[in-house]
Amino acid sequence: MDRYTEQRIADGLVRAATAIVLAVLVLVVGVTLVRGGRALLANPAIVVTPPGSTYMLDGAGGFLHAVLGSLLVVGPATVISTVLAISTATYLQSDYSSERFAEYANLFLNVLWGTPPIVYGVFVLTIMIGAGTRASLLAGILSITVFQYPIITRYTDEALRSVSTELKETTYGLGATRFETIRVATRAALPGVVAGVIMGFARGIGDAATVLFTAGGSTAMPGGLLEPATTLPILIFQQATSFNAEVRSHAYAASFVLIVTVLALIGASKLLAGRFARYTPGGQSE
Amino acid sequence: MSNESTRLRRRLAVEGASSVWFRAAGYFALLVFGVIGATLVWKSLPVLTEYSLVELLTSATWDPARNSFGFMPAIVGTLAVSGISMAIGAPIAILTAIYLAEYATDPWKTVISSFVDALAAIPGVVFGLVGLIVVVPFVGDYLAPVFGVDSAGQGILTASLVMSIIVTPFIVSLTVESLEALPLELREATLSVGATEWEVTKHVLLRAAGPGILSALLLGFGRVFGATIVPAMLIGSQTLVPETVFSPGQTLTTIIVNDFGELMSLPLTQSALIFVGLLLLVVVWLFNFAAMLLRRRLERRWQY
Amino acid sequence: MTETDTAIETDDLRVTYTADQSVEALKGVSVGFAENELTTIIGPSGCGKTTLLKSLNRLHDIEPSAEVAGDVYVEGEPLYDTDRPVPEIRRKVGYVPQTPTPLPMSIYDNVAYGAKLHDDYSNAELDDVVETSLRKANLWDEVNGRLDAPGAGLSAGQIQRLCLARSLAVDPDVLLCDEVTSALDPVSAKEVEDTLETLKSEYSIVMVTHSMEQSQRIADTVAFLYLGELVEKTGVETFFEDPDDERTERFVAGETIVDTP
Repeated sequence: MDRYTEQRIADGLVRAATAIVLAVLVLVVGVTLVRGGRALLANPAIVVTPPGSTYMLDGAGGFLHAVLGSLLVVGPATVISTVLAISTATYLQSDYSSERFAEYANLFLNVLWGTPPIVYGVFVLTIMIGAGTRASLLAGILSITVFQYPIITRYTDEALRSVSTELKETTYGLGATRFETIRVATRAALPGVVAGVIMGFARGIGDAATVLFTAGGSTAMPGGLLEPATTLPILIFQQATSFNAEVRSHAYAASFVLIVTVLALIGASKLLAGRFARYTPGGQSE
Repeated sequence: MSNESTRLRRRLAVEGASSVWFRAAGYFALLVFGVIGATLVWKSLPVLTEYSLVELLTSATWDPARNSFGFMPAIVGTLAVSGISMAIGAPIAILTAIYLAEYATDPWKTVISSFVDALAAIPGVVFGLVGLIVVVPFVGDYLAPVFGVDSAGQGILTASLVMSIIVTPFIVSLTVESLEALPLELREATLSVGATEWEVTKHVLLRAAGPGILSALLLGFGRVFGATIVPAMLIGSQTLVPETVFSPGQTLTTIIVNDFGELMSLPLTQSALIFVGLLLLVVVWLFNFAAMLLRRRLERRWQY
Repeated sequence: MTETDTAIETDDLRVTYTADQSVEALKGVSVGFAENELTTIIGPSGCGKTTLLKSLNRLHDIEPSAEVAGDVYVEGEPLYDTDRPVPEIRRKVGYVPQTPTPLPMSIYDNVAYGAKLHDDYSNAELDDVVETSLRKANLWDEVNGRLDAPGAGLSAGQIQRLCLARSLAVDPDVLLCDEVTSALDPVSAKEVEDTLETLKSEYSIVMVTHSMEQSQRIADTVAFLYLGELVEKTGVETFFEDPDDERTERFVAGETIVDTP
């Protein structure tokens, strides 16, 4: 084949592939927004109405239990995993640990990040079996915490690593302790850290596999830490194949809520990172 | 004076306490890793002592109620879904990455990159739902009849098509990263001997970014391998070795989803399902470690 | 000094970078570079030296923010206003970047790569091209026997000569060198300089440098670029001893040039 023909074919292929990816995005978001939007418009109150007693059969009431459940699972989980993640990431900086340790720990964190969420679910479930407890809000929080921990740690570690050595040296030069120095460094790395926490939250709120057995997928309002709960992704998963059109339409509406939330979070994380970045030398960090 | 020394003592106490906490948190990363592995191994032991590993992996009969635990159908299903979705997703992802890194200019580049990021952020369950609304009827009513196959729409191919969408943005962003890390001089030097832009990409850039792209593919494979919700919604959940790509099937992950609830009370079944979790963990961890080692080794050799 | 034929020349060449704000890096440069001579382009940093060099090989094509106006002529043929495929043009004008840049392949393939793109060589012919090019680049004796080793394994100075060999293998008329010795230690730099000196009898070499000493050592002609304009171009002796322009005189003397736009 002529070299220039090959060039033209390659140009075309490269553009076609990109067009396919964009078309798929439009399709997925579009279908979700249209179907979900239609269901929501028909009855907007379902988002804030608790489920009725025959909810799974005919969609009586709404899915407030899942909205609350999502917040009650992912909110506390994000707080706990953020505290753990920032602490771990701090230890991985050269102030505390050797390069070698950090390298190995990062290797393990990357692998944890790549671990299928269902494995975290099975892990927490195994512990629950051992402890003789049933599915509960607490177990859901625990599994999402384990799921988010490597994600937020990797972001925080990268953000802390991007803080200049000079900043730390200056702070040490003032007679600050390691703890005081790392606090200054964390402040300088804040955009990256915040972006990481938001990413962790977004991932956590969208995941179903980790919480499917651990939180329980209940059809009642969350009743307490040790009571079963459900989340939006679980609700979508369970109701998407329902024979009742009303129940199915709740799954569509829930995905509308979910996709809008997640995309807004991602957008916010980007904007925040950009806004904070104005205060850090070297500009935008992600 | 005494006031100052109290202050110093307090600061040093904070320093001491915090460093103990940070050290604990640092080792926590390794601990999580170890505890997950150990727990799953421990709870898999019942089924592993009862049956040989070879038997579990090669038997085609899955009937937990009668204590037959053959993972063959699920393994075949997992490999089929992973294979097909990578075969569809990987070329599209690499071509898109080439577009983003080598062709696109701002503002298009920024816009398209954010779209790819958005695609990566959409929860799996939403893809599953759209799969049910769009891909299931497409495969069942249009694609399968073309091949003369009777299909309800749910099956290996349907799950694979949607998984290929999920894995694409993941591979795109890692590949773009590898390509953009290459120096401009590499492109200039190659162009200057009279290569076309496509030849630069094909012969030089893809090779120089090869370690990164290869590790992106391995990581992507690991993602599909462990994907749960989308296959569970779209594969049709029949624990049989699939005959065609239109057949319903089962993957290692969907077998957990489908059987955990109802059969949790049987201890041996419980152990068998936890063993599936262990299997997933081992395979995915191997893929991840392989990806990282491979990358490190190849990068040393090519020095790019 | 006798007048020689011109190998490559620019006609009112203007390059504008439009990334953040519009910056005119070259403001209408018309200059010819003589055949089989070594011409150095010198000037303070940011004066457009590299921009000029790259436009002689259409390398700005891959920089979307660079706009080129005017034209470049190689043997009377225009580079920009033409229907010929750009790779055919670039083939006639070799380019060696500032950073030592091996392609991610073996030493042999580094040299053979360009040649293989343009012509169908038999293996024996290709071996011959590789050996000739490496010999011309003074690298043959150092790499003979390990041609299959990766190019990236060589030292920086060797890589720079490998890059020369790679350019020579496609048989160009003009060779563009962008501060090719600035990333090297003095010994390696000397080796590259020596190589260039032997090459200039066969090729027309245009070299950007920031070192006046280097120009004095190896150049036949020196072009002085200042703020995107050609101040003067003259034989090396005249340039350093009796330049026409006052700004050249000051630059050679190492003084700050007062900005006279």
